[in-house]
Amino acid sequence: MGLLSKKDAKLITDPLADDNPITIQVLGICSALAITAQLKPSIVMAVSVIFVLGVGNVVISLMRNIIPSKIRIIVQLVVVATLVIIVDQVLKAFAYELSKELSVFIGLIITNCIIMGRFEAFALGNGPWRSFLDGIGNAAGYGLILIIVGFFRELFGSGTLFGFKVLGDSVEKTGLYAYGYENNGFMVLPPMALIVVGIIIWVQRTRNKELIEEN
Amino acid sequence: MGLKENLHKLKKKYEGKKMAPAFNALHTFLYLPNETTHSGSHIRAADDLKRTMNTVILALVPCLLFGMFNAGYQHYAAIDETLRAAPLANFFTMDNFLMGCITILPLVIVSYGVGLAVEFLFAVVKGHEVEEGYLVTGMLVPLIVPVDIPLWMLTVAIIFGVVIGKEVFGGTGMNILNPALTIRAFLFFAYPTWMSGDKVWVHGAVERSKEIAGGANLDAISGETILGSYAQNQDIMYSLQDMFLGFIPGSVGETSKLLIIIGALFLIFTKVGSWRIILSTLVGALIMGLIFNGVISAGWIEESSKFYGLMNVPFWQHLIIGSILFGAVYMATDPVSAAQTNKGKWIYGFLIGFISIMIRVFNPAYPEGVFLAILLMNVFAPTIDHYVLQGNIKRRQKRLKVKTA
Repeated sequence: MGLLSKKDAKLITDPLADDNPITIQVLGICSALAITAQLKPSIVMAVSVIFVLGVGNVVISLMRNIIPSKIRIIVQLVVVATLVIIVDQVLKAFAYELSKELSVFIGLIITNCIIMGRFEAFALGNGPWRSFLDGIGNAAGYGLILIIVGFFRELFGSGTLFGFKVLGDSVEKTGLYAYGYENNGFMVLPPMALIVVGIIIWVQRTRNKELIEEN
Repeated sequence: MGLKENLHKLKKKYEGKKMAPAFNALHTFLYLPNETTHSGSHIRAADDLKRTMNTVILALVPCLLFGMFNAGYQHYAAIDETLRAAPLANFFTMDNFLMGCITILPLVIVSYGVGLAVEFLFAVVKGHEVEEGYLVTGMLVPLIVPVDIPLWMLTVAIIFGVVIGKEVFGGTGMNILNPALTIRAFLFFAYPTWMSGDKVWVHGAVERSKEIAGGANLDAISGETILGSYAQNQDIMYSLQDMFLGFIPGSVGETSKLLIIIGALFLIFTKVGSWRIILSTLVGALIMGLIFNGVISAGWIEESSKFYGLMNVPFWQHLIIGSILFGAVYMATDPVSAAQTNKGKWIYGFLIGFISIMIRVFNPAYPEGVFLAILLMNVFAPTIDHYVLQGNIKRRQKRLKVKTA
């Protein structure tokens, strides 16, 4: 990669797979279960977190030498809160329906452990460029899982993708539904999101045995 | 050369190969394995896992056969109400049995076919022996679903139940939840319209209502379960004798309380099923029923309340309606997912009965809660065992202190 050095590229690629915030570090599960019933909110959530974590990491990194260590958590909270409010207002202005659908979960990005985790673990000790890459990488890893889960839950739970009826119309009985297929109501419920995340974790650790934790 | 020798030879030939577990499974399924332990002392016992499983299946066969007759009987009686006047005379007929074969044998075949395929697949991939665990599950599954459940739904549910309910935990003997009930729970949450209501319990009722909606000039047939009628504060059209003998709509194998009691006695006599769990479950159910009856007679609840119908059921009748008896005898006693200690079994069973009736009365969407109660207590069984063990250890430590002091 010409643009990034090998070390910098790893900051982005590692969280996508072998150091994924959801499947390996098991952070940010709450929102992953709550908003993945459909694909569109999953993607909006992913983009929002990428924005918040990317910008937030840079800001914290720039201020890292002037933040007194005793009040750093409060400073971090202020930074996240500011960014989340920006995201919330933008969504309300330009995608009101989606913002209603996501309701409190945009606000709850503040409490997403991934964000505070990266501020603490990375941005406080690294320069702005590397912090930016780390933020983008981790948020993308989080978003990737969200989108995978959202894809399967919307496809099997509602028979749609982005609201398009890809499997036919369940009321008019066209497409697959003409043969007696029915939507799986379990997929829409949060427990199934947990099971889908569990299956992703299972598949990932079967492919890469090094990830299996010793206990 | 018989089949047995050929199988032995095949086993030798495939030893160490990838497909070995599949052949070995077939072998152990049909015959006693020809290996013996070579060194050390060992105990000879006749009741291995396979024999235990077969005992349960034997206890289930009467329920299955009765379910076949009942499937036909409910179908014809829904069309011709006069049949219900003399259930005994109209029950054990060839027509009923043939109808039962057509509707229920596919369920059994799909259940075993899909379930064993998943088991074989996991055995081959993971390279361990095929476990017998699915033998009983495969028989239980057709007995606890409505007769008209579409086969593809059953297939999806069985794959889910066997993989997520059992294989991810390490296979037979390691599962936290009862696999058969996991399958039922999946069906219930995924396809609720096929698991509840007044149509699915009678073969042909769903089909018929579709035809009527399409403009056909037919009488609608319905097979509301007794619990369903109670939940809607309706009158019951079945006599106590019908309920006890099982001439009522319901899941395939759970209707005949008489046959379940016979199966229970068989399981207790062969020491396969735990009488403590069965008894305490029934006691728990009776006590919860008594509490609800008490609420009614104390006048704390209006007659217009939607819970009135189910609360007003005489407490002992809770045992002969719904599936509490089937659940207590065949599901709660599953040795893997139940509590292991004797004291724990009493607590575990009691809470199953208690919670079952509670859910039955208070669940507005679906007036039965036995499978939910058993799954819930499956989760708590290790906790119960833990505290029973700790209590025992503490008591003995105290005794030791008194002795040594």
